[in-house]
Amino acid sequence: MKPAQDVLPNVPTCEQDIADLERVWRHPRGIGGWLSYTTHQAIGMRYIVTAFVFLLAGGIEALLMRTQLALPNNTFLGPDRYNEIFTTHGTTMMFLFAVPMMEGFGIYLVPLMLGTRNVAFPRLNAFGYWMYLAGALFLYWGVFTNAAPDMGWFAYTPLSGPQFTPGKRADYWAQMITFTEVSAMCVAAELIATIFKQRAPRMSLNRIPLYVWAMLIQSFMVLFAMPAVMIASSFILSDRTVATHFVNPAEGGDPLLYQHVFWFFGHPEVYIIFIPALGFVSAIVSAHTRREVFGYTAMVLSQIANGFIAFGLWVHHMFATGLPQIGEAYFTASSLMIAITSGVQIFCWIATLWTGRPRFTTALHFVYGFIAIFVLGGMTGVMLASVPLDLQVHDTFFVVAHFHYVLIGGAVFPLMGAFYHWFPKMTGRLMDEFIGKLNFWVLFIGFNLTFFPMHILGLKGMPRRIYTYPPEAGWGPLNHLATIGAFILAIGGAIFLANVFWSRKYGRIAGNNPWDADSLEWAAASPPANYNFEYLPAATSRSPLWVPPEDRTFVTGLRNDRREVLVTTLMDAEPHHRYVLPPPSIWPFLTAVAVTIGFAGSVFNAWYVTWGSILTGICLIGWFWPRRPLELEP
Amino acid sequence: MRTLSVLLVCCSLFALSACQREKRDLRPSPTRLAIFGDAARESSLRPGGPVQPQPVVTNPYNSSGYDISEGQRLFDWYNCSGCHAHGGGGIGPPLIKKEWIYGGEPANLFDTIVKGRPNGMPSWGGRIPEYQVWQIVAYIRSMNGEQPRSATSSRPDSIETNPQNILQRGTQGVTK
Amino acid sequence: MQKRSLALAALLILSSCAGHQQSVVDPAGPQADRIAALWWFFFWLLVAIFIIVMAFAVWTLTRPNRGLEQEPLEARHRPSEQKETQLRRIVTGATVLTIIILFVLLVFSVGTGKAVSELGNKNNGLAIEVTGNQWWWQVQYLNSDPSQVLVDANEIHIPVGRPVLIRLRSNDVIHSFWVPNLHGKRDLIPSRVTTEWIEADKPGVYRGQCAEFCGLQHAHMILYVIAEPEAKFKAWFQHALQPAAAPSTPITQRGQQVFLNNACVYCHQIQGTTASGQNGPNLTHFGSRRGIAANTLPNTPGNLGGWILDPQTVKPGNHMATIAVNSQDLQPLIDYLESLK
Repeated sequence: MKPAQDVLPNVPTCEQDIADLERVWRHPRGIGGWLSYTTHQAIGMRYIVTAFVFLLAGGIEALLMRTQLALPNNTFLGPDRYNEIFTTHGTTMMFLFAVPMMEGFGIYLVPLMLGTRNVAFPRLNAFGYWMYLAGALFLYWGVFTNAAPDMGWFAYTPLSGPQFTPGKRADYWAQMITFTEVSAMCVAAELIATIFKQRAPRMSLNRIPLYVWAMLIQSFMVLFAMPAVMIASSFILSDRTVATHFVNPAEGGDPLLYQHVFWFFGHPEVYIIFIPALGFVSAIVSAHTRREVFGYTAMVLSQIANGFIAFGLWVHHMFATGLPQIGEAYFTASSLMIAITSGVQIFCWIATLWTGRPRFTTALHFVYGFIAIFVLGGMTGVMLASVPLDLQVHDTFFVVAHFHYVLIGGAVFPLMGAFYHWFPKMTGRLMDEFIGKLNFWVLFIGFNLTFFPMHILGLKGMPRRIYTYPPEAGWGPLNHLATIGAFILAIGGAIFLANVFWSRKYGRIAGNNPWDADSLEWAAASPPANYNFEYLPAATSRSPLWVPPEDRTFVTGLRNDRREVLVTTLMDAEPHHRYVLPPPSIWPFLTAVAVTIGFAGSVFNAWYVTWGSILTGICLIGWFWPRRPLELEP
Repeated sequence: MRTLSVLLVCCSLFALSACQREKRDLRPSPTRLAIFGDAARESSLRPGGPVQPQPVVTNPYNSSGYDISEGQRLFDWYNCSGCHAHGGGGIGPPLIKKEWIYGGEPANLFDTIVKGRPNGMPSWGGRIPEYQVWQIVAYIRSMNGEQPRSATSSRPDSIETNPQNILQRGTQGVTK
Repeated sequence: MQKRSLALAALLILSSCAGHQQSVVDPAGPQADRIAALWWFFFWLLVAIFIIVMAFAVWTLTRPNRGLEQEPLEARHRPSEQKETQLRRIVTGATVLTIIILFVLLVFSVGTGKAVSELGNKNNGLAIEVTGNQWWWQVQYLNSDPSQVLVDANEIHIPVGRPVLIRLRSNDVIHSFWVPNLHGKRDLIPSRVTTEWIEADKPGVYRGQCAEFCGLQHAHMILYVIAEPEAKFKAWFQHALQPAAAPSTPITQRGQQVFLNNACVYCHQIQGTTASGQNGPNLTHFGSRRGIAANTLPNTPGNLGGWILDPQTVKPGNHMATIAVNSQDLQPLIDYLESLK
């Protein structure tokens, strides 16, 4: 039996301990068992795989859009179909790919990086995944029954109201949001609890890895931002189903109310996607330059500032609605201010790259790609922060270019790097480096070819969300170029998939720490056992695995006959008490089914709220039924 | 495998119902089946000639959310609300009721709109295109709860009470 | 060699921006002019910053071996304290520089915003109310004298050199008024009135487009702002106030009959006839318009025939009814409408 870690050479591995841990943490069998998994690696992988499937779906939608726009007056897609496709593309990418992917990585990596065995609330973790999956399937059920949303991914009212979007399209959209935001809040709550209370002993706040800081900040942002979008989508849903008039102007409601509430979520949302990617970059940079990221305190403080300031920017999406000038000036100032926090982080990474010993692996290629693309996107962001400039380029392809630069450059490129960096940990094999570098260049070139011309198109007056344009507008050649770029991007995606599938079978065996990286996840086996570590490591430095092996410490004394983790104090991570995690359970799945019945049914008939609540109540009783016998002597 | 295929069949049956609700027939033919004003004979008596078999005409836009919504728009644009308000009636009889003088089935409503009726209902045949008459019929039926709830808009179209809205719109007609 | 080809590429790209209709960088009015100036200032400054940051990033690619610096790095995974201090100074300096530059940008931006909103002698202004509909623009020239109020559609005439107040309202969903050669955009929000001042410096026809997604035919909601010298504008205005010319030939008279006897009158108005539908565009001077269907098609008899017979193929989903017009009635109808100059 291979030990779960081999980085503590002074510690004799105890076969009995390992056997006990294997038995206690073993996954339950059968389909019922598969539905009951509660280990964070399994659920994290589920999030990652599902989000990747939706990345592909969103990518196909993008290719369809680009095909329609490649030529003026093209007839590949009619207006209705095009509207459905661009709305579904945006919705899929934002709600069904970006946030869940980042969460999936967080769920997978954070307990490993903290040196603990699982997240704080494993069943809530499972429930969150099932809710995400249910919401995604619910929306795509609508997509395949001609009820794909068609009013734009932000669904402004009154266009998304009962008069102007007939049928159930906007209802599917609005309720999908409820599903995915419940899921996001579950993940946020458990990550915060895990990060605050389940760290390795001695991992004080100033020793937490930068990626974990990023996930902590992102989780707090989720808790504050997601309720806003739930409220906004509920405005739409109740206006459409039960004739309320929150945001329906024909009955006295206010369309701007919807915009404010939506963008209060919408702006932090992009930082919710982007901040974990910054964590990826920190982790990759420190491992592949073999030095600590420069300026740890500055990095942490600027990320926290980023999180706060992100909540004060939302009106920059509404500059064209005729706001008072002083308000506009305030939001210009705050939108510019956030460039400072991002800038500080870029400077720190460049400083790290400058003074480290870089190893030009594929992951580091993606980091350089990130710097190039994200900084350019940041420049256009600064332009958009200025009200007069925004009034010209708002709702044009300039904005489309900007947000793809910051989201693909700022989140997807680091994500690709993260795949190449952590694939050996997740599967035990390294991805092929040659194909990886090819992958990077194809993606980089394809991306720039697709989105750079869009800046020019926006300046030439091409608005967003138009299904066609006349030849005399002069937008044809650049659109054609962008479509070619889009297909090159698609090839890049195919190369990535090919690399993944090939490397899973034939990749070089990785071992625990192929990169000689510094954080604790590299102390576990590749792939990690369900219990992560045989003995929980302690963190005596910011880079625990760069401490010489003879100086590394670990924790003993946790029971191996039940699922136990160590809870430590908030500031200095002194061991505090032992905490028993529940065994695998089918109740999270059943509760998700009950909630789904309530949410999905309520779109068609309000009585489902009642039935769904009753069923959910029953499932929660099952979930929380106390286990016998009660522990008196833990 | 078998359960999976059964599940898929059931799901596709569901899908078919959604297809009708979400159908968007943007380019209707302007004259569909020119059964003009004889969609539903109120009586089998016909002057001269043998008794003709009754034609069966159904609303091609039944259960379609888009067309019910178009009917709602046309109801205002063509000023049906001028006499019938938004179903409550005024100069004309209410349109939300159980007892229809000339029948409440879609074919009867079609005839009423196309032929007109005694005591003030104008004849719109030859003016409002036939497909739009069917859309208005679908809307009237939806007011009476005869259309699926999921295809019917929730907007109740009550009489405009906000004076600001009335003043702003001026001569442009009642808000849709 | 590489640098030169890069510069050439940049020049090509940038030159494709200039001299175009509906282009942000081809201003024809004082507001758009100020905004374009701000644009170029931001552009060159941010390009310079981007190049500097990328230069640093690319430079890191050239420094794998650092000689003496390698030793501490090998042992402790950190360079020397001296190096760290040096880095600290550089990063702090860069941050301070960033803050200063952003502040400068803020000042310029707010300054331009203020200037743009205060341009023009408002006393001399003209007031036009634009009401957005799905998917056409209603234009009403406001005046305290009701006999001087003109209602038109999809085209706005303005005099050169005078500021024009555009009052924006919407009858259905949110639209956005955007004529890039003249000014930034302003949303048309139902249940609210928003406003924007525009002014044209030189005569011309400026194309604008709805810039807020408004449904199926958002792509085809185009308007033209036609700026003319003052005298020409006044002449046009006086002519436009007149009711439609009575049809003078048998064909156009027949055409008017066709128009009045069909469902056209349920939506369209032609001043001087009994047609006064309020749902659709005013057609009083339709013959002198540049385009049909909110400028989806150029205004030619062939296009008009196709539009009347089959609007849903031209602009699928739009609210014009598909009416069966007899083949004998179509040509007179087209002739009549085109005669409404």
